[in-house]
Amino acid sequence: MAENGTELRIKGGKVYDPANGIDGEVRDVLVRDGRIVDKVSGKARTFDAHGMVVMPGGVDIHCHIAGPKVNLSRKLQPEDHRLDVHPATDVTRSGVGGVTPSTFATGYRYATLGYTAAFDAAVPPLAARHVIEEFHDTPVIDKGFYVLLGNNMFLYDLLKQGRKQDFKDAIAWWVTAARAAGVKLVNAGSDEFWKGRRNENVTDVNEEIDPFDLTPLQATAAFIEAVDELNLPHPTHIHCNNLGHSGNVQTTLDTMKSAEGHRAHIAHIQFHSYAGEPGKRVQTGSEAIIDYINNNENITTDIGMVMFGKATAMTADAPLTWMLRFKDTKWVNADTECESGCGVMPFEYQDTNYTHTMQWAIGLELFLLSQDPWRVMFSTDHPNGASFRTYPRLIRLLMDRGFRSEMMGRVNQKAIKNCLLPQLDREYTLSEIAIITRAAPARALGLVNKGHLGVGADADITIYTDDENRERMFNAPRYVIKAGKPIIEDHEFVDDHIGRFLHTEPEHDPAIEDQIRPFFEDYYSIQFNNYRVDASYLHDHEVIPLRNSGNKKKGNK
Amino acid sequence: MSETKTPEAEKDEPNIRIVEDATCTFCGCVCDDMELTVDLDANRITKAKNACVLGRAWFLQHGIEDHPQAMIEGREVPLEEAMDEAARILHEAKFPITYGLSDSPCEAQRVAVAINDLVRGNIDTTTSVCHGPSGIAFQGVGESTSTLGEVKNRADLVIYWGGNPAESHPRHFTRYTVTPKGRYIPNGKKDRYVVLIDVRKTPSAPVADQLIRVKPGRDFELLWALRALVRGRDIDPDIEEITGVSREVLDELVERMKNCNFGVLFFGMGLTMTRGRHFNSGALLALATDLNKHTHFVAKPVRGHGNVTGADNVVSWQTGYPFGVNFHRGYPRFNPGEYTTVDLLARGDADAALMIATDPASNFPKHAIEHLKKIPVISLDAKPTYTSRQARVAFMVATYGINTGGTVYRMDDVPITLRPAFDSPFPTDEEVLTGIHTRLKKLRANGRKKAA
Repeated sequence: MAENGTELRIKGGKVYDPANGIDGEVRDVLVRDGRIVDKVSGKARTFDAHGMVVMPGGVDIHCHIAGPKVNLSRKLQPEDHRLDVHPATDVTRSGVGGVTPSTFATGYRYATLGYTAAFDAAVPPLAARHVIEEFHDTPVIDKGFYVLLGNNMFLYDLLKQGRKQDFKDAIAWWVTAARAAGVKLVNAGSDEFWKGRRNENVTDVNEEIDPFDLTPLQATAAFIEAVDELNLPHPTHIHCNNLGHSGNVQTTLDTMKSAEGHRAHIAHIQFHSYAGEPGKRVQTGSEAIIDYINNNENITTDIGMVMFGKATAMTADAPLTWMLRFKDTKWVNADTECESGCGVMPFEYQDTNYTHTMQWAIGLELFLLSQDPWRVMFSTDHPNGASFRTYPRLIRLLMDRGFRSEMMGRVNQKAIKNCLLPQLDREYTLSEIAIITRAAPARALGLVNKGHLGVGADADITIYTDDENRERMFNAPRYVIKAGKPIIEDHEFVDDHIGRFLHTEPEHDPAIEDQIRPFFEDYYSIQFNNYRVDASYLHDHEVIPLRNSGNKKKGNK
Repeated sequence: MSETKTPEAEKDEPNIRIVEDATCTFCGCVCDDMELTVDLDANRITKAKNACVLGRAWFLQHGIEDHPQAMIEGREVPLEEAMDEAARILHEAKFPITYGLSDSPCEAQRVAVAINDLVRGNIDTTTSVCHGPSGIAFQGVGESTSTLGEVKNRADLVIYWGGNPAESHPRHFTRYTVTPKGRYIPNGKKDRYVVLIDVRKTPSAPVADQLIRVKPGRDFELLWALRALVRGRDIDPDIEEITGVSREVLDELVERMKNCNFGVLFFGMGLTMTRGRHFNSGALLALATDLNKHTHFVAKPVRGHGNVTGADNVVSWQTGYPFGVNFHRGYPRFNPGEYTTVDLLARGDADAALMIATDPASNFPKHAIEHLKKIPVISLDAKPTYTSRQARVAFMVATYGINTGGTVYRMDDVPITLRPAFDSPFPTDEEVLTGIHTRLKKLRANGRKKAA
């Protein structure tokens, strides 16, 4: 938060604020005490934004930027840091880059792309404290995380016993105890196969998970329903089963259908839009997937685009990284008791490779076929599909048909012949980009004060020099203002900022603790009383309101 | 933060306090089920229920010593003056180094890295003299691993290599890996097979179902033979002569490893600090990974200090590298052998040293200690040490886990919040380091103003 009385006038820029119906209109944006206001005094500092593009700060709805899996990846790849150093300045800390940058470099580099909030998509509750500690060292951006509950043994026991109310209370308890912003499922039910059945995986979502007497699809549906009924600001965030396998379109459709009208967010759906036969060459399944989403308003999604170059597979879907491993590449597996698995492996997407080109194309196809930018959002599942630093290039691919076809000419041609991309000539507008990178993620997360520039919104503002080359434009905002404080001016850091921690607190019957405690004593290796993340870790934080708490967002779609 | 209650029976003695679920930071097990009885009048812990023999000594022998908070060249000074002097030393040094950190909470470790970022110093932790080779091996081959609770719930084959937990980590067997009953191990030890691989019979041997004695310095050869057999390749017929282990024993072990449901390899400094070092760690990690083609298999270094794992994590998230990190160029660089403290001191490189919760003057090689004697040393420790006695500036700090809170990471990267038992007159290391950091920022800003 900026000091009291700090006032700014961003003058004469072309404002893109789709949540408030503003599409490139030239107008002033006014800031006081860290918020957008409708009036400032004559003492307000003025930023001349004539000819520039003004947008709310970017909101990344799905990335992996903190916690044990990210830190394992940092430790695993010194070769990746060495060539991409991040020197300190008088106002900022030093660090290293690469696909998994150090914490400080992560925050600063998000800011240099105009992003002011990011959400880590996969945190086992046992590691929540670690993630929050890293967040303290991840500057500028606001941040939160989704807690992994999709392989939680205790919750599966409750489902097996048909204890629906206890199941709901326990989910709410876990979200509150871990200080999460949402609930994440990853390859639901796979942990028992992986850890308990000698590295097997779920292949059929209708196959029962021993010993829980229910199928992955039934478990997924139960979570979707409970989270929706709990009125969590963000719906269940789902990494479907069968990620990366040819023919997984059916699994993804089944998963979306299992929501039965309840809100659900399907993560990095590009990785789940593959037609073809299992074990055979991947074909595009983008049409079937996007048709379903276009016609079903309860579903939101982020794409998880692929961009060629260095990436890192980093996921709670441990069997997936094992499947991807070839020629004895270095590989990390990390099991978390009763809660989750984890796999980490360096990976490179090559434009000469059929599958990688197909993945790249499917990501673009899904966007170009989407009819509702408010429900189909931007992500690379950083660092899985690509580093977040590729965002400007991917934005240009969406906005610039010429650039797209030039690039199509340089990649694997067999894949290009097999996909729909050459037939699609849509170009995203700046307003649509503002929706998929800012307004829509903020809305899907229930962040009423983010993703827009209306009065009362957080003064998280990005100002770009307008440039026909959209990659160059989105690569280096001229100014970035965070919570009303100028952080980047004329492309240079002028200040540092810690950023706020965002989490939510669903209501639940506290007596559920009496049910969870005995399970803990039997099967966990730390004490129940030492599990909850206490308030001392929160520092500057904000509780995201529940959907029914009277603070409903004003949608003007 | 700590849970306090006065037990019924002791209501007449108001100065007794019970701290439940306190954490012992003596070793990397970081057991968080301590029930401490604290005599607040005497500033002593009188009972430490659930503690092992080492933990009991850690808690029961801890008292508040009559000692100055801060000294400069052996003379008692106010805390502020000592922080001024420490900041001056670090500010003026051309090659300041920081070492230790593994017996400090993460909150203090974070400030220590910040200080080095600011003064362009060199930061290293005790990892460089214990499981540093495992860190280097990790960068080469990765690691299949798990939290200790997963071992308790699932492991039916537990192998220890080059370690003696019965003496170094007494509750490792009983709380986490051998005796506890788990979700799929309903009968505890009866459902597991325990193998100990070491050069000698140690007090850990009685726990094991099988002891395999390897010739000293032949761990790598034995690991490589196991890898070959797991992969179905042939090995040297003289393997018994080379390693001291017969082909029959190897074949049986390989079958056992391939056919278990969930296997785990724990390894200690008997592997990492003997001939082969990171090659040994790498071979063991690669063996565990190879075994995943047959079954679920994990490996885990058994870490020593209470928060050495936290130090690895903090230094990694702030710099990208786990230990041996140098900021001279204004950004982190990593090079073990060059930026690791023993090597650096032995070469005579550093011109000032910040030693945090460590006593290099008592346990470093002679050449390193000789150089340490020539340069100004700032020490932070909870007890007087050889290092603190020789230090230019010596801070006596509160003991983490007993007198101060904070976060520590167990050897399996699980973060745990500490519950202090009673107050200490000494500052925390986080407070001292933050004081130094704040002063350094002022000195730097003044320097910039002058330059401008």
